[in-house]
Amino acid sequence: MSDPIGIEIRNLFKIFGPRGATFIDAVNRGMTKQELNEKHRHVLGLRDINISIPAGAIQVVMGLSGSGKSTLIRHINRLIDPTAGQILVEGQDVVKMAPDELRAFRRHKTAMVFQKFALLPHRTVLDNVGYGLEVQGLDSAARNKVSMRWIERVGLKGFEAKYPAQLSGGMQQRVGLARALANDAPILLMDEAYSALDPLIRYDMQTVLLDLQKEVRKTIVFITHDLDEALRIGDRIALLRDGSVIQQGTGQDIVLHPADDYVTNFVQHVDRGKVVQVGSVMEPLNGTTPEATIGADVTLTEALRDMMGRGVQALGVEDAQGRPVGQLSLKRAISVSAGA
Amino acid sequence: MAWFNEFPQLDDGFLRDLKKVIDDGFRSFTRSYGDAIEGLFEPLRVFLIWSENLLTNTPWPIILAVVAAIAWFASRSLKIVIASIVTLCLIGIFGMWADTMKTISMILTSTLLAIAVGLPIGILMSRSDRVQAFVNPILDVMQTMPSFVYLIPVVMLLGIGKVPGLIAVVIYAIPPMIRLTNLGIRQVDGEVLEAADAFGSSKWQRLVKAELPLALPTIMAGINQTIMMALAMVVIASMIGVQGLGQPVLKAISNQYFTLGLFNGLAIVGIAILFDRISQAWGHRLQKHRGGSHV
Repeated sequence: MSDPIGIEIRNLFKIFGPRGATFIDAVNRGMTKQELNEKHRHVLGLRDINISIPAGAIQVVMGLSGSGKSTLIRHINRLIDPTAGQILVEGQDVVKMAPDELRAFRRHKTAMVFQKFALLPHRTVLDNVGYGLEVQGLDSAARNKVSMRWIERVGLKGFEAKYPAQLSGGMQQRVGLARALANDAPILLMDEAYSALDPLIRYDMQTVLLDLQKEVRKTIVFITHDLDEALRIGDRIALLRDGSVIQQGTGQDIVLHPADDYVTNFVQHVDRGKVVQVGSVMEPLNGTTPEATIGADVTLTEALRDMMGRGVQALGVEDAQGRPVGQLSLKRAISVSAGA
Repeated sequence: MAWFNEFPQLDDGFLRDLKKVIDDGFRSFTRSYGDAIEGLFEPLRVFLIWSENLLTNTPWPIILAVVAAIAWFASRSLKIVIASIVTLCLIGIFGMWADTMKTISMILTSTLLAIAVGLPIGILMSRSDRVQAFVNPILDVMQTMPSFVYLIPVVMLLGIGKVPGLIAVVIYAIPPMIRLTNLGIRQVDGEVLEAADAFGSSKWQRLVKAELPLALPTIMAGINQTIMMALAMVVIASMIGVQGLGQPVLKAISNQYFTLGLFNGLAIVGIAILFDRISQAWGHRLQKHRGGSHV
C-alpha cells in the first residue's frame, strides 16, 4: 500500500475563454464573475484558490452547481489546464508536467470516481475494474487478481462477468470505486461520486468509503453539493461560491462560525448535534465534580443521549489522555444543538 | 440590351481552348504517369483476381456451407441462415451462380478497401474540426457527382477492367464509412473519455479501448451503408468492364431483354438483403451488452 501524499493548491485561477490569461489581473483586482461575462465574454471558473490538503485526509469541496467545484477537482489531475497557479504534489508542480510525466502521474498517483460512473459499457465489471492496471501494462492474470480482490471488497462478488448496463446505479458506482481503488494510487478524486444515487444507497456508499479509508489511508478529494454528506465524510471542508473559496476548515468550524451570511444560510438546516463535538462548546470547569465524564471528541447528540441515560444534568469532559478539560451542561448541549 | 436577355458567357473560342488545354494536360499526365499509377494498383488487381478465383472455383456446396456458417455465427438466427441458403439456391437455379460469385467478390473487396481507407480518415476527421471542414465538402462531391463523370478520368488513367471498376465503386461507397466513423467517435460520451484520460491512457489506448468500441454501432451502420452503396454501383461499374451481375443487366438495357434484366436485378436485390441482414444481425450481437435488464 502506498503512503499517502498531500496536495498543495496555490493561487489557482481558471478563466474560460480564448484570452483567459489577459483577465487575471482584472479578476485579482476584484472584477466579478458577472462583469467578466458581460463585458468580455469570458467565464470565471476559479478565482485564487488556495487549499492545502494534508496527506491521508478527506478534503471535501462543497458548493452549489456552477460554483466551480467540478472544475477544481479536474485541475488536480489536469483534465483541465489552469489559467494560472500551482498544484504541488510531492513537491512537483502538476501544472508544469510534460505529457509523459502527466500520464505517469495519472497512472500511479491519482485515481478518479465520476458522478455518472463513466464505466466502459462494452466491458464486464472485471475488465472495467482492471482498466487502470491494463493501461499501466499489467498482464491479465495479475490484473484480474487485484480486480477480484477489490470487487469482493466493494461487495460485488459474483457480478464480475456482468456488463454495467445490467447493474443498478449503486452497483455501477461500486464498480467505479473498485476501479479507482484497484489502481492503488495515493490520491483519490471523487467528483460528486454519490450525487446520482438515492439517499439510502448514498449513505451506504459513504459508509463503504469511510470503512475503506480506515484501511487504505488515501488522500481523498471529495466533491459534493450535499452538506450532510460533506459533514459526515470530510475531515476538512472548503466551501466554494462563484469560483472562490469563501470558507474552509473542519465541519464544526463551518457550522459554529460561518464566515458570512451565505454560509450561515447554508448551514442553518444542519443537525448540529451530529456535527458539533463536545470539546468545542464545553464550559470551563467550575469546581463542582460531575458524576460522569465523556471524551471531548463525542458529538452533542451522543452526549445528550448519555445524559438522558444516566439521568444527570451535566457531564465532565476529558481529553484523549483522560485529563478533565471542562464540563457540559444539559442546557448548553440543548441550546447549541437547537442552534440558539 | 443583349446582355440582359442572354446570360453573358465567355467567348466560345476561349471555352474551347480551355477545355482543350485541360484535356491535353490530363492526357499527357496519363501518358507519362499512367503506367506508374497502374503499377501502384497492381497489388489490388492481384487481390481482386485471387478473391474472384477463390469464389468461382470453389464448388457450390462448399460456398453454401460457408455462407450458412457465417450467417449462423453472425446472427445465431436459423431464419437468417435458411433465408440466405434459399436466396443463393434460387440464384443458382436461375443460372446466375457464376456472375453472383463475381459480384460478391467485388463487393467484399471494395468494402474491405473502403474500411481500410475510410476508418483512418474518419478517425482523423473526428480529431480535428479543421480536417472535418476540409473533408466534408470532398465527400459531398463524391456522393453527388454523377458516377459517369469520375469514371472518365479513372478509365483514362487505368483503362478498362477490374481495378478502375473497383476504384469507381469505392469512391461512390466510401463516404458513409468516413462520415459515420467521424460521427460515431464524436458522439462518444465525454465523461467516459475523461475517465480514460484520468487513468492515464495514451492516445492510442484511448482510441482502441474506449473511442472505437463505443463508436462501433455507428461504424457498423457505416459499413452496412457502404456495402449497400457498393451493390448499387455494380451495373455502372460493369460499363467499364467489371464482370458479374451488372453485365447481363447492361446487355438487357441495350437489347430490351426485360426478363434477363429482371432476373439479374432480383439477384442483386437478393444478395443485398442477404448482406444487410447478416451484417446488421452481427452488429446487434456485438451490442448485446447494451440491453440486459437489471439484476
